[in-house]
Amino acid sequence: MGNWVVNHWFSVLFLVVWLGLNVFLFVDAFLKYEKADKYYYTRKILGFCSRTLRKQLDHNLTFHKLVAYMICLHTAIHIIAHLFNFDCYSRSRQATDGSLASILSSLSHDEKKGGSWLNPIQSRNTTVEYVTFTSIAGLTGVIMTIALILMVTSATEFIRRSYFEVFWYTHHLFIFYILGLGIHGIGGIVRGQTEESMNESHPRKCAESFEMWDDRDSHCRRPKFEGHPPESWKWILAPVILYICERILRFYRSQQKVVITKVVMHPSKVLELQMNKRGFSMEVGQYIFVNCPSISLLEWHPFTLTSAPEEDFFSIHIRAAGDWTENLIRAFEQQYSPIPRIEVDGPFGTASEDVFQYEVAVLVGAGIGVTPFASILKSIWYKFQCADHNLKTKKIYFYWICRETGAFSWFNNLLTSLEQEMEELGKVGFLNYRLFLTGWDSNIVGHAALNFDKATDIVTGLKQKTSFGRPMWDNEFSTIATSHPKSVVGVFLCGPRTLAKSLRKCCHRYSSLDPRKVQFYFNKENF
Amino acid sequence: MGQIEWAMWANEQALASGLILITGGIVATAGRFTQWYFGAYSIVAGVFVCLLEYPRGKRKKGSTMERWGQKYMTAVVKLFGPFTRNYYVRAVLHLLLSVPAGFLLATILGTACLAIASGIYLLAAVRGEQWTPIEPKPRERPQIGGTIKQPPSNPPPRPPAEARKKPSEEEAAAAAGGPSGGPQVNPIPVTDEVV
Repeated sequence: MGNWVVNHWFSVLFLVVWLGLNVFLFVDAFLKYEKADKYYYTRKILGFCSRTLRKQLDHNLTFHKLVAYMICLHTAIHIIAHLFNFDCYSRSRQATDGSLASILSSLSHDEKKGGSWLNPIQSRNTTVEYVTFTSIAGLTGVIMTIALILMVTSATEFIRRSYFEVFWYTHHLFIFYILGLGIHGIGGIVRGQTEESMNESHPRKCAESFEMWDDRDSHCRRPKFEGHPPESWKWILAPVILYICERILRFYRSQQKVVITKVVMHPSKVLELQMNKRGFSMEVGQYIFVNCPSISLLEWHPFTLTSAPEEDFFSIHIRAAGDWTENLIRAFEQQYSPIPRIEVDGPFGTASEDVFQYEVAVLVGAGIGVTPFASILKSIWYKFQCADHNLKTKKIYFYWICRETGAFSWFNNLLTSLEQEMEELGKVGFLNYRLFLTGWDSNIVGHAALNFDKATDIVTGLKQKTSFGRPMWDNEFSTIATSHPKSVVGVFLCGPRTLAKSLRKCCHRYSSLDPRKVQFYFNKENF
Repeated sequence: MGQIEWAMWANEQALASGLILITGGIVATAGRFTQWYFGAYSIVAGVFVCLLEYPRGKRKKGSTMERWGQKYMTAVVKLFGPFTRNYYVRAVLHLLLSVPAGFLLATILGTACLAIASGIYLLAAVRGEQWTPIEPKPRERPQIGGTIKQPPSNPPPRPPAEARKKPSEEEAAAAAGGPSGGPQVNPIPVTDEVV
């Protein structure tokens, strides 16, 4: 528990402050409408009403989803509350008993008499549906809600992972949402008594005597109301400006020329692109967004950078995993047509920049998650060769877990060359890596058993033998803990959630309570 | 965009619409709004739509994530055969179900969403998609002793070819069936090709 707090204190603090602000704003607005004198008559005609406020802050994916859930929750509360309100307004309009509510409702909409009405439902025959679809608030509300629902249903994990384009294009409905939100309050349907009217006939004095408002000798006059000015634009202005700036920046960056210096077709349909762009500088483990206008004008796809910052180009490895990637690979395979133009936005950073800060680093890459580690390993190797003093890392344990190595034979080659170079420099102990093949069958194991005595592994050709099945993390962690009893060990994972859970547990279990002894810190890549 | 199965999104949308119908219906009936009986209808329609849409159909390509506990509803939905398999039927059904809820403001959102889901289902039907149930994979019975491989039936040291032929001819005449201990009985006559 202590380790978790140390690792996550900033996110927790941020979330607590944000949630706290949300609660505060909600309660504040609620109390304002509940208690303030300005809204005395509004309350009388309605009961009570609640207003929802929500802020939009885009920090990262998790926060974005949290905000989305909040929006949905508050939208539901908002709609339900206004449904009750409209029903109350409707009943007040229908009331003929001369009650306070009916008199308030009869305050005219006529602009000549000052337009100081309270009940938005103007006549007996007007239905709530009519008001909904003819008022700005109602119409924008309906459009916004439908846009929101479409965005949410196309953003479920299943749809996102299986049919990304549906999610991507539908999510652009947010434009209608934001526009609608900005003008939602313009109509001023929620009304409070004007200052002037309050001074003249304060509700505390006059509410009881509402039958006599029209008498000439009464102290009280009919109250006058004005609409509450729209406020939502204040909340969304800053984020909208930030977003527009980001899109402009992306457009500007995408216009800059990207020169493709090398194209390599690896086995199992993996395409490597080595590129150059003026002013591009990267750190390890970062990713870029790539767009290929000849394939799709609007789609930007993220790819981890597989080159090290020390190299004079930057590269990505693209595996065929859907429409866009397959089309891209096919376009590059054409020998006789010109190479398609590529636009690049980025780089964007992730947790792996911290790798060099740990004395001992445990890197775990599962399946396609091995790609950021290509960059890290290459960079560590360059730094080591130049005896870079900023490199605190003394030892690396690299675990590569995948079903079969076919699609990652390029990574295989990288490990082979690293192996060779380490031998030449005589530093064989620096990098310990182990490969785990989880998609094994008895044939493979049979072969491995037969070739046990060979110096290189029959599956990968590496000096390090392949293991089959999944690693036993308890054993691994206890070995590392005993070999490095006083070090701070950084554990980096790029892989599935279940693996993250077990690694996190092991980190907590094997970190010693004494802060001077071995400590494991867990960092997860977020893709 | 060629490989999108619209029915999957229509399914999510319809499920959401069902929940919205139920919520709107509860608000209308609990609040006793005017014409609240449409709210009661909306609750019933919403529950029906949710139950119908809960079991996810199987994707044509790739694996499909089942919703938790969907196998019970899959069995029920499967029973209706072509009525649930065909997406034209679903499109029309959802459109019809959404109409009565449109008379009440509280449930009109459900109407709009269900109508959109109906539209997406129509698109799916036009592209020839169908609802196929996700069947549970039959558990492979582990065959006891299935992985035990028989040892080689004629291990060395083997007698030379000539010695092998004579006793096999006698044994073929004498033996009742199946190989027994001793020299191998070869079902296909083995000839020695060494000259």
